[in-house]
Amino acid sequence: MSDKEQKPLPGRRALLSGGAAALGLLVAPGIRLIEVAGASTTASPKVRWGLLVDTTRCTPECKACVNACNAENHLSGATAPTDSQWLRKVELKDKRTGRTASVPVMCQHCAKPACVDVCPTGASFKRADGIVLVDRHACIGCRYCMMACPYKARSFVHAEVHDQNPEVPRGKGCVEGCNLCVHRVDKGQLPTCVEACPNQAMLFGDLNDPNSALSQRLRTIATTQVRADLGLDTGVRYHGI
Amino acid sequence: MSLAAIARTLLLAAGLAGLAGFASADSRVPKPTIQADPANGTCVAPAAEMRRNHMDMLKHQRDKTLREGERGAKVSLNGCISCHAGKQSGSVVGSRQEFCESCHAYAAVKLDCFECHQPKAGAQVAKTAGGER
Amino acid sequence: MTGAASKRFDVSHFYGLVGLGLAVLLAGLGAFHYMEEHGHIVSGMNNQVVWGTPHVFAIFMIVAASGVLNVASIGSVFGKTVYKVRAPLSGLLCLALLGGGLMVLMLDLGRPDRVIVAATHYNFTSVFAWNVFLYSGMFGIVAVYLWTMMERRMKPLSKPAGFAAFIWRLILTTGTGSIFGFLVARQAYGSAILAPMFIVMSFAWGLAVFYIVQSVMYAWNGMELHPSVLRRMKNLLAVFVAGTAYFVAAYHVTNIYFARQTEFEQFILVSGGIYPLLLWLGFGVVGTLVPLLLIFLPGLGTPRAVLFASAGVIIGAFALLYTFIIGGQAFPLQIFPGFEASSSFGDGAVGAYSPSLPEVLLGLGGVAAAFLITTIGVRILHFLPQDDLVQLEAANPAD
Repeated sequence: MSDKEQKPLPGRRALLSGGAAALGLLVAPGIRLIEVAGASTTASPKVRWGLLVDTTRCTPECKACVNACNAENHLSGATAPTDSQWLRKVELKDKRTGRTASVPVMCQHCAKPACVDVCPTGASFKRADGIVLVDRHACIGCRYCMMACPYKARSFVHAEVHDQNPEVPRGKGCVEGCNLCVHRVDKGQLPTCVEACPNQAMLFGDLNDPNSALSQRLRTIATTQVRADLGLDTGVRYHGI
Repeated sequence: MSLAAIARTLLLAAGLAGLAGFASADSRVPKPTIQADPANGTCVAPAAEMRRNHMDMLKHQRDKTLREGERGAKVSLNGCISCHAGKQSGSVVGSRQEFCESCHAYAAVKLDCFECHQPKAGAQVAKTAGGER
Repeated sequence: MTGAASKRFDVSHFYGLVGLGLAVLLAGLGAFHYMEEHGHIVSGMNNQVVWGTPHVFAIFMIVAASGVLNVASIGSVFGKTVYKVRAPLSGLLCLALLGGGLMVLMLDLGRPDRVIVAATHYNFTSVFAWNVFLYSGMFGIVAVYLWTMMERRMKPLSKPAGFAAFIWRLILTTGTGSIFGFLVARQAYGSAILAPMFIVMSFAWGLAVFYIVQSVMYAWNGMELHPSVLRRMKNLLAVFVAGTAYFVAAYHVTNIYFARQTEFEQFILVSGGIYPLLLWLGFGVVGTLVPLLLIFLPGLGTPRAVLFASAGVIIGAFALLYTFIIGGQAFPLQIFPGFEASSSFGDGAVGAYSPSLPEVLLGLGGVAAAFLITTIGVRILHFLPQDDLVQLEAANPAD
């Protein structure tokens, strides 16, 4: 995957800032004011964000994606069983052949996510553009999504958090996981793991757009979904497992 | 209007009455500290409206932003923080001197935003955020 | 309990029991506060074993709550007089256990302050959300059922109310079993057998709890259980204990047969340390074999032996749930079948878990809540099962 295919996405930000300000002071209290601003772009169901991870370009030593994820989301990087890990490198060895692979594993952003099905309050949800998120305002910390997720993609925040990224709120008592860097994607940037990879092993794009670099690549090389047998239709695909 | 909303309105009315100067000199509760950086221009709405409706504005917008991916809206918690963070602390909570906490303590309304949200203005966080990377 | 063992409890004993219950409840609430202040970091739970000891306690109590109502159902739905007089106590115990279990479950949440969200935001695809509805409905139905039994004018409605409670609790336990039954990705769960298995478990555990409470109340009042009633109850308990063992065996045998599940079975039955030990010794011996022997061996089957059998069933229940819930999570999730996996996040490795004191105290706090509700309930209202001895003698001349 060359750099050329990996160009940042067209920004939505430019579209957002106009209009609303001028009307702001005239409208009735509170809610209406926001509805004016609501005219701006939102996550579109026409898009489905996805990732292709080429594990043939991954080495066990390289943790660039993990480090970038921790830095971006202000995770401590500690790896005790109670620490959050949104993205991890899983070292695989074929039991029969001994072939190895070093695989970055994060939320697979399923089309039919088990975590969303089981969440009693609807805090686990899938955005129109396919990104699976936790609404921490509704999360009661029951951890049923962690029981249901086939990928161990979720972490529970076991203690107080103080140094959050202002764009990535996280706190004690809620479940969290990879959000595909939704705050960056919404600004037209790439997920930080994709950007940080020194070997261009990750390709981010729109699975619904047949002309996206991602879709084109998926058409030409063999890829797999992890636990495809479960039929969850993951948004993250792997090459080389 | 739900019962909770009525109760909240009453509580707020009591708080606003205090803000308007009814708190006498011998009041046991210190009056809220209002900190704002005038360099950033005016607030998204007049003060009276903000006092009464900021929670609804924020709650409405949080659902829009989180669930629908709406970005760049006029109302934003980080926007509030960037103007109202204390000059020394850079934060809107942490002591009775800080903007959010002072008023919420005065009105005795539990503030739950900063269990998860960063209470410090953006630039200061980027500098202080720790942990090995 | 017979002879010297039956001792008349006086008022000071009652207040002593209430005091004990309150002390344990307070310890449980203290543990909850400690866990809420510090976060779950002070518990033994982690990102691999996300449900721990509190869930063992909570699920035991919720399952037993449904099962204890079986006694009432046999009376009202199937018209057995011997069980009819036991129906009010059965209803009270159901409410008490359900309350205690739900208390533990709610206080273990990461954000217990937001528990109301579970009632205001409903996700109808979630079996958890169904259970919120089933549990609250259970409270209502059993309360009405109790009312129809204890209020003379409501008596005619007692049968339909009992029937409603019967159906409701079967659905409720199906829901509890399905919490695990619907988890397709985990090796230990994701099986349709779990729903009926939980129902049979509920029968055994509920009856064991009922028998123990009844024994204590009889001792308290210097009464003895009529031999014909004892015979019925112990035989029923034996059938339920055997039924539970059958379902547990069927669940494991099925898994052993599936090649993809043999690694898990190897872990849970043989190599998994504490988990196979608890399953074989705790559930197999103490919870199944010993109770059956205590009931059926010649010379045994006395009220005291059945009391010990009931205690064994409850110990076995905790052992089984510990193995099922915690052992099931400790076994590494098979994300990449056919590969050996390792990572910083515990992939491919058995998850470590040891119960922490706050978790145990929280669980015991729930038990104490159920104990308090029961103790106070039987003191202030008429819950003592009193058999019509004349009728029993006439029906069982041999006794």
